[in-house]
Amino acid sequence: MEYEAVIGLEVHAQLLTDSKLFCTCSTRFGAEPNTQTCPVCLGMPGVLPVLNKKAVEFAIRAALAMNCAIAEKSVFARKNYFYPDLPKGYQISMYERPFSTKGWLIIDAQGQKKKIGITRIHMEDDAGKLVHAGDFARAEFSYVDLNRTGVPLLEIVSEPDIRSPEEAAEYIRQLRNLLVYIGVCDGNMQEGSLRCDANVSVRPRGESRFGTRAELKNMNSFRNIQRALAYEIERQTRLCECGEAVVQETRLWDDASGKTMGMRGKEEAHDYRYFPDPDLIPIAVDRDWIEQVRKDLPELPGQKKDRFLKNYALPEYDAELLTQDKVLADYFESAIRQGAPPKWASNWIMTELLRELNAAEKSADQCPVTPEKLAGLHKLIEKGTISMKIAKSVFAEMYKTGKTAAAVVQEQGLVQLSDDSEILKMIDGALRENPKQLEQYLAGRDKLFGFFVGQIMKKSRGKANPGLVNKLLQEKLNKLKEKA
Amino acid sequence: MRLCEMTIEELSQMLKSKECSSLDITKSVYERIREVEKKVHAYLWLNEELALSQAREADRLLQAGEKLNPLLGIPVALKDIFCTKGIPTTCASKILENFVPPFDASAVLKLKERGVVMVGKTNMDEFAMGSTTEGSAFGPTHNPWALDCIPGGSSGGSAAALSADMCVASLGTDTGGSIRQPASCCSVCGIKPTYGRVSRYGVIAYASSLDQVGPLGKTVRDTALMLEAIAGFDPHDSTSVPRDVPKYISACTGAVKGLKLGLPKEYFVPGMDPEVKNAVQAAAKELEKSGAELMELSLPHTDYCIATYYIIAPSEASSNLARYDGVRYGLRITGAPNILLNMYKATRTAGFSPEVRRRIIIGTYTLSAGYYDAYYLKAQKVRTLIRRDFEEAFKKCDVLLTPVLPTPPYKLGTKINDPLEMYLSDIFTVSCNLAGLPGMTVPCGFSKDNLPIGLQLLARPFEEEKIFQAAYAFEQATDWHKRKPKI
Repeated sequence: MEYEAVIGLEVHAQLLTDSKLFCTCSTRFGAEPNTQTCPVCLGMPGVLPVLNKKAVEFAIRAALAMNCAIAEKSVFARKNYFYPDLPKGYQISMYERPFSTKGWLIIDAQGQKKKIGITRIHMEDDAGKLVHAGDFARAEFSYVDLNRTGVPLLEIVSEPDIRSPEEAAEYIRQLRNLLVYIGVCDGNMQEGSLRCDANVSVRPRGESRFGTRAELKNMNSFRNIQRALAYEIERQTRLCECGEAVVQETRLWDDASGKTMGMRGKEEAHDYRYFPDPDLIPIAVDRDWIEQVRKDLPELPGQKKDRFLKNYALPEYDAELLTQDKVLADYFESAIRQGAPPKWASNWIMTELLRELNAAEKSADQCPVTPEKLAGLHKLIEKGTISMKIAKSVFAEMYKTGKTAAAVVQEQGLVQLSDDSEILKMIDGALRENPKQLEQYLAGRDKLFGFFVGQIMKKSRGKANPGLVNKLLQEKLNKLKEKA
Repeated sequence: MRLCEMTIEELSQMLKSKECSSLDITKSVYERIREVEKKVHAYLWLNEELALSQAREADRLLQAGEKLNPLLGIPVALKDIFCTKGIPTTCASKILENFVPPFDASAVLKLKERGVVMVGKTNMDEFAMGSTTEGSAFGPTHNPWALDCIPGGSSGGSAAALSADMCVASLGTDTGGSIRQPASCCSVCGIKPTYGRVSRYGVIAYASSLDQVGPLGKTVRDTALMLEAIAGFDPHDSTSVPRDVPKYISACTGAVKGLKLGLPKEYFVPGMDPEVKNAVQAAAKELEKSGAELMELSLPHTDYCIATYYIIAPSEASSNLARYDGVRYGLRITGAPNILLNMYKATRTAGFSPEVRRRIIIGTYTLSAGYYDAYYLKAQKVRTLIRRDFEEAFKKCDVLLTPVLPTPPYKLGTKINDPLEMYLSDIFTVSCNLAGLPGMTVPCGFSKDNLPIGLQLLARPFEEEKIFQAAYAFEQATDWHKRKPKI
């Protein structure tokens, strides 16, 4: 029997507000432990939360970008559980009356567009961080860092519309891109700005009911999400094939072993005792405010792609790829403003630039070759100072050193050779050194033309202007043919 | 008359005319504390040096003519539920025995800005859960009128200290009657303002949707002055209401002609103490004599108030008290073996009294999956019905008159081991919190055993002025408030 996976994702995105969700403490990442705290986020006796308006604005942005309906009235609820990183003994989240519901996101699934439903988007405050003294199992102490406590999060819950690990990764990629586009999240998965849990089950293909699901936690990269899901789907499929039952439970992904492991079962599941937080009044978002936010919404990926198609006459593929990542799209447009032609810049970015960036796991804004320097490289090609071929090695050097194209060309003496007499000298040399091949060429083996071009380029150490070499060599050989 | 026995109005007049200084008043108050505090045990924390230095500062301001207001230099006591910067705040619980807040509650800040002298922190039922002040982890407070009787609760220390002239005014909090009951038991005035009238920031939470800060005073006018000082919107409390604060004292005119007063029949039930019933009815007649109009009406859902209250309050409490986990501040007891869960259990078992634990357990149960709808949600629906009862009643009248407690203060130790019996004594006071109304107690008589009886006045939300109007007219017509306990 063939099985299919059913996946729903729960993404937590840290909002880029300057201050926390319910107090004025800074949200900056990486400060000394417990320096960004106050009585409110420390859960001191008697303190009360006051909602950060900017966080609500960001939530409106996200809801609009994901086509969600914003509730007339939404209510914060307390999610009660004990843990040392949770000072109040409850998280302020939303439960029965979430901020927004019923949206969607379009993803590319094997070349096809697929709509993934968004069940809900709501706000909540983050917990702190535990640091264990030494190995977790044997640690004598655990330290608590509450800098992150109270940082605003958006919880974005998808419908169980996802059918494969690839689709899941694509969904996260799209979602991340969108959040970065609208400026509400930096999308940094390593620092935990974007975290993902998954609900996954399998069922015989064609079956409409859902199988028993497992909840996967602790996947902190695109790669791990894909690996964890693939592992879990395989595990559940195997159980089904043997006629064994899948148990409803929470499972942790272990990166080192490449496996998911049972953390707690259904009967150990927390009873969070949700109830409306009496310290906060319901949120009623003004329709005018929503319209204002809609008006101020930055260009979304789809809109940007359409503009790239229209303004830069790029092929569909290029426009799609460049706008997948806002930082890359910004890089591209910046290079255009510096004078690089769109198609050339697009080609260069998609091949040379992305190869280097992907290898180094860097984003375009961290690229040592700035858009201005890339445009500078193009100018040298345009003027004929260097060939396209040389340009590639110049670019590699620019990436390595951060130098301008002109500086690299200067230092390595890579200026293109376009002097007729110099090239003619090399042509003569090449013909003289290869009499056998010349004889064969004159006898009719035209294919050997390329051989001679190669020899000449080698003599010039790649610097000879290829067009000129072709032209002069052809003339020379024609003359020799006539003589013969 | 000793300075400590006088009212805010009298003292503020004397300070103005330089007949006495704040230092004189504060010394008089501390002298009184030395005389009777051993018998009453109204305070959990006292610091005469600090009080005297604040009095000197108030005298300097009076001299310089700065910050002049009726509360400048007046010695005030604070219930130990208010966070006070640098001063221990225990909520009468072992779990916070050594807790020193790094900030002031907003109400405390407002009093500080007015230059009051802080006498000390008063005793209470642990986490404000109780009606007798016997629930304090640090020993009960005794009623100044009869030392073997309860002073009421949970703000029993604030009421007893005031009644015994160990302060000139005090602050309490009221979740189900915790200002009005002790005010009644100790024969002083006390008001629980409309929910949202006074900021709750820095007030250790018991049940957030019911808790409200309010003052206790020796007279209606003193109480009005205190409320005016602490009321108003606070950006730190989202549930405080952005409305102007009226000059409450202006409502104390003595005239009640045409004011419509309702007597809800459900609050005069057979089985209640006849002395209480008679005193309250006599009070109503007194106001009628002054020109008010009396009518009987009905609050049909009264029977459900106690049950509703004892679901909502513990539910919220179970969540509010989760933060006392031994991790960051307060008591921590390492369990055996030394793992997290055992630390939680050992700390919370040792830190909370049985009554607090009882309410946490009830609240945890009523919020749990499968029971939430049957208890918490149902209680919220009944709460709406109770609120509507009052809306209907207030279409016909301006102020409701009711008893505060079904009996005069009873003997210490008689109900502490019978929680249900104790909960039932809240029957007349919890509805006001459930409906978010303002409610006030004024003294209205004494039992044959010379134990105080109080009158409760309730009004529409944000109509504290109507209460003050009626209460002051009653006070003018009677002299119950002038009686002092003999300790």
